[in-house]
Amino acid sequence: MGTSLDIKIKRANKVYHEGEILSGVVVVMSKDAIHHNGISLTMEGAVNLQLSAKSVGMFEAFYNSVKPIQIISNMVEMVKPGKLPTGKIEIPFEFPLLSKGNKVLYETYHGVFVNIQYTLRCDMRRPLLAKDLTKTCEFIVHSLPQKEKLTPSPVDFTVTPETLQNVKERATLPKFLIRGHLNSTSCIITQPLTGELLVESADVAVKSIELQLVRVETCGCAEGYARDATEIQNIQIAEGDVCRGLPIPIYMVFPRLFTCPTLQTTNFKIEFEVNVVVMLQDDHLITENFPLKLSRV
Amino acid sequence: MTQKMASVQWHSRYRNYAAELQCCRLEAIGLETGEYHPLKPITVTESKTKKVGRKGSTSSTSSSSSSSVLDPLSSVLDGTDPLSMFAATAEPLTTVANMDNGRKKREREEISAVGSDFEPWPSKRSAILARYTTTEKLSINLFMGSEKGKATSPVSAVSEKVRTRLEELDDLEEGSQKELLNLTQQDYINRIEELNQSLKDAWASDQKVKALKIVIQCSKLLSDTTVIQFYPSKFVLITDILDTFGKLVYERILTMCVDNRGSLPDNFNPDDASDTAKETCLNWFFKIASIRELIPRFYVEAAILKCNKFLSKTGISECLPRLTSMIRGIGDPLVAVYARTYLCRVGIEVAPHLKENLNKNFFDFLLTFKQIHGDMVQNQLVAQKVEIPLYLTLYSPAIDWILQCIAYRAPEVLLTEMMERCRKLGNNALLLNSVMSAFRAEFIAARSMEFIGMIKECDESGFPKHLLFRSLGINLALADPPENDRLQILNEAWKVITKLKSPQDYINCAEKWVEYTCRHFTKREVNTVLADVIKHMTPDRAFEEAYPQLQSIIGKVIDHFHDFSVLFSVEKFLPFLDMFQKESVRVEVCKCILEAFIKHQQELTKDPVILNALLHVCKTMHDSVNALTLEDEKRMLAGLINGFIRMVSFGRDFEQQLSFYVEARSMFCNLEPVLVQLIHSVNQLAMETRKVMKGNHSRKTAAFVRACVAFCFITIPSLTSIFSRLNLYLHSGQVALANQCLSQADAFFKAAVSLVPEVPKTISVDGKMRSSETFLLEFLSNLFSTLLIVPDHPEQGVLFLVRGLLNVIEDYTWEDNNDDKIRIYTSVLHLLSAMSQETFLYHVAKVDSNDSLYGGDSKFLTEINKLCETLIGQILDHLKTLGKDETLKRQSQLALSLFHSTLAHGDLRNNKLNQLAVNLWNLAQKHGFADTKTLVKTLEYIKKQSSQSEMQHFSELAQRLPLQSRT
Repeated sequence: MGTSLDIKIKRANKVYHEGEILSGVVVVMSKDAIHHNGISLTMEGAVNLQLSAKSVGMFEAFYNSVKPIQIISNMVEMVKPGKLPTGKIEIPFEFPLLSKGNKVLYETYHGVFVNIQYTLRCDMRRPLLAKDLTKTCEFIVHSLPQKEKLTPSPVDFTVTPETLQNVKERATLPKFLIRGHLNSTSCIITQPLTGELLVESADVAVKSIELQLVRVETCGCAEGYARDATEIQNIQIAEGDVCRGLPIPIYMVFPRLFTCPTLQTTNFKIEFEVNVVVMLQDDHLITENFPLKLSRV
Repeated sequence: MTQKMASVQWHSRYRNYAAELQCCRLEAIGLETGEYHPLKPITVTESKTKKVGRKGSTSSTSSSSSSSVLDPLSSVLDGTDPLSMFAATAEPLTTVANMDNGRKKREREEISAVGSDFEPWPSKRSAILARYTTTEKLSINLFMGSEKGKATSPVSAVSEKVRTRLEELDDLEEGSQKELLNLTQQDYINRIEELNQSLKDAWASDQKVKALKIVIQCSKLLSDTTVIQFYPSKFVLITDILDTFGKLVYERILTMCVDNRGSLPDNFNPDDASDTAKETCLNWFFKIASIRELIPRFYVEAAILKCNKFLSKTGISECLPRLTSMIRGIGDPLVAVYARTYLCRVGIEVAPHLKENLNKNFFDFLLTFKQIHGDMVQNQLVAQKVEIPLYLTLYSPAIDWILQCIAYRAPEVLLTEMMERCRKLGNNALLLNSVMSAFRAEFIAARSMEFIGMIKECDESGFPKHLLFRSLGINLALADPPENDRLQILNEAWKVITKLKSPQDYINCAEKWVEYTCRHFTKREVNTVLADVIKHMTPDRAFEEAYPQLQSIIGKVIDHFHDFSVLFSVEKFLPFLDMFQKESVRVEVCKCILEAFIKHQQELTKDPVILNALLHVCKTMHDSVNALTLEDEKRMLAGLINGFIRMVSFGRDFEQQLSFYVEARSMFCNLEPVLVQLIHSVNQLAMETRKVMKGNHSRKTAAFVRACVAFCFITIPSLTSIFSRLNLYLHSGQVALANQCLSQADAFFKAAVSLVPEVPKTISVDGKMRSSETFLLEFLSNLFSTLLIVPDHPEQGVLFLVRGLLNVIEDYTWEDNNDDKIRIYTSVLHLLSAMSQETFLYHVAKVDSNDSLYGGDSKFLTEINKLCETLIGQILDHLKTLGKDETLKRQSQLALSLFHSTLAHGDLRNNKLNQLAVNLWNLAQKHGFADTKTLVKTLEYIKKQSSQSEMQHFSELAQRLPLQSRT
């Protein structure tokens, strides 16, 4: 490759907010002088929806019509057709991040059935015999701080064989008493989920205690919808038979890109839940589910 | 030249030695400690020289009596000479260069706030590796990715197949599960080392993700407690990898900051870090926060704890408590306590000022302490067939470390509080032991009785008690308990120690208590302790397994008893030595004892106890010498034995002393240096006797002295070194002569003479082969000067010894390319001249030398002159052979030297001799090799001498000596 194209975004973390100016440079490196038919830069943002295999049969017709929802699109011609000299050339650019009309710049989110992604694409069109050059680069959009005040909503929970639902043979269950609390179920996305868990007693040894972060994605509209829950990550907070009566910290950092503030639109919804999973030595699984509300401040 | 070859009759000059001495004295000039020194700067203003007055009373030695003044060399220099001045100026330069370093170091130390008195991890590290070993097979299981499915079963059942990038971190290599089974301990260590290397390689080749995977997989191994007795060592090995990783990440991020603006100071502000650095750092933390399993997540985050410095000032202080409470999630108490150890280790290194965290770790550990005796642990131990006491000792390194961190420069109150907390828990032996090993010795020592009480209360089945007493002993060896408690402490402790069944446990414990006993008690207690050790270690030859400990006991006893009469009166000391039955160990111990003796014994001794014991010790050392012993070893042993021999003195009881030497000779016959020492000692003894008798031997002392001489005479032949023999013969001959043992002296000299032909051409000096001639020359000159005063044997001919020696010299094969033989002949010429004087230059008291024996008899003189004639003939012959081109220089030198001899010793009023001198003079100058300066000085000397009445003929001689100007 004699010629290379690269996009460098000014901010190291590539994070921008609505109303800010996205700036950077396009770097062209070449050993020889190059002819081209123009270099353009495109900024795009879109929501991609996809239906899970399970739902396909039922909503096939609908599914086919699910098109990416464009949030933002912008293109500039950076360089007019002509010739570029040898060496490293940096072409600076600036895009104002402004949404058009009533569209909202949703926060970047990488999910399974919903993806919100923003990209910069640089194209160098070249005359015959030479392939056009393209380079894409993702940048990240964080939504603006939410207006409404966040009220902490702590939850206390107690798990015993009696509190469990969905049990087949309650009689074979070993006795246990697990108590705990989450400091808040409405979380600031940049702050970890915190709380405590205490195994007061358990007849059978504990094998592992895990926090499972789950995304719940809903796609659809008036005609119907598909709701799917998938695991984002699983964090073990206890391994082995923990000491009875000693509070174990619940602590989980929300992963970047894979989480975003809880989002509800007409076409799709992104929600999060956490499962506290206690595994016993005899392979009994005890799960306690907590819906979360994530927000950015 | 030929006419010179006609035999020259020698005429010795008459010497008035007394007058010459007088004359020399008058000429003596006091030594000037000159102000001038070539290296001294000229600008010195202060004159610190004191002229030494001339001293008429003593001859040339008077120079040395100027000691009232400073040593001239040092006083002149006085540190202002250019060299030392240069050195002085050079220093600031280096200090400037070092300053940067020094400052950095100081800063670092301030930051770390951990001084050198803190025992660092590396020193613990190797101890742990050495202690916790196993013969069982180990396994490494890398990559447990396949387990993911069942671990996340409940909800993930909802939707599968989608694997996020995060989860892939768990795999080392996609889809490969590496399980290495049946590894021996060494294999295991090698494997871990390989992993460490591949971590570095991955990092170097920019495969950061692979590096992280390796680290995660490695820290996962720490959750595995199979082969539990190896766990502490495993911890050490794996945390090494974590340390490497932590360092790599930190340095990488640091260089990111450096790229932008110079280098960051050690104590930088988070604001100084560049955005890229911060972003990278955040990335690491996010990645690590998403590691699924608790133990790897904990370890990896702890490993890069230091990187928090890039993000915020308070980062570390916020992280530590969180990580501390995170450990609560680790169910296995052993795994948890080692996790705490790692956290404390990293914590004290990165942020030593944060102490609360250390305490919290310890308190958390106490809270979970009951788990150790829980069912889980018990089941595990049963499955692995590990006994509880052994299991408990696995905790020691970890608790020791945590407590050490806590106790470091901690106030007394805190220590007391910690102790109280430990006390509240039942069966606290494990904690007690760690408290004793981690806390300050002074703290422990002051509460010794309390500790003994606590130790006694401990449960028998738990942590081994002997370890507790051992720890206490170590503390008491370092710090002193209160005066009043001392004896009671010893009694209480020993009561328990003596009941220990296993010899290994017993000796490990006793070893530490010996120091305490020696420090504070008398030989009686030490004796009891030693007796007890012997009693325990003798059955079944248990001592064979405990040599290092026994050796250390001996070392401590010796350290504390500098008075050897007391030491050897400890009854059990020698029986104790008998336990060292392996020869190499025994010799080591003997060496220690003798070294201590030589170092500490102030006065000469005749104490039979010491002598007996030490002779026994020396004998042991001597007997260890065999054909395979190294030279160095022999030299060392001999040095030690000699040191001992020199320390033995029976005062006026000379006979006893001699019999001691005789005994020593029979004991140490294999060590030549010892024999040499003995001969010297015996000679010295003979001279001492002479001194005591003021030179007049009684019949008894005469006999004794002859015994001494006989001792030497029969000992010398057993030596192998020829020059030792020669010198000792000469030396002993001189001693014999001084003690009026004429025939014995004769025998010595005869022996020496007959030994000369055996002198080899080359001898080994410091491992190099050197020509022996210089040594021989020196010896012969020495011998000849002695022969001056040796009276002729009545039954042998005149000058029997001199003639004999000359014959030997004649027959000896000398090297062709030098004139050593002729030099000797010249010295013999001097000797013969001295012999022809009426009174000899020196005498030995009470021995009639040849001067009084012959009284200047003409026959004797003729005999001498005849010898001289032959000698001169020989010398001249030799001069003639030097006539070749390449030897002309030697010829000139030799001629001049002979000329000097003639001048000094010959009677130049004799015409022939006079002519010879003139010829020699001319010969010396003939080929232009002569040193004109010497010639001029010689001439000046001759002229000066001619002013004396009996030397008038010199002026005439001077005229006959032309001085050739050099071209």
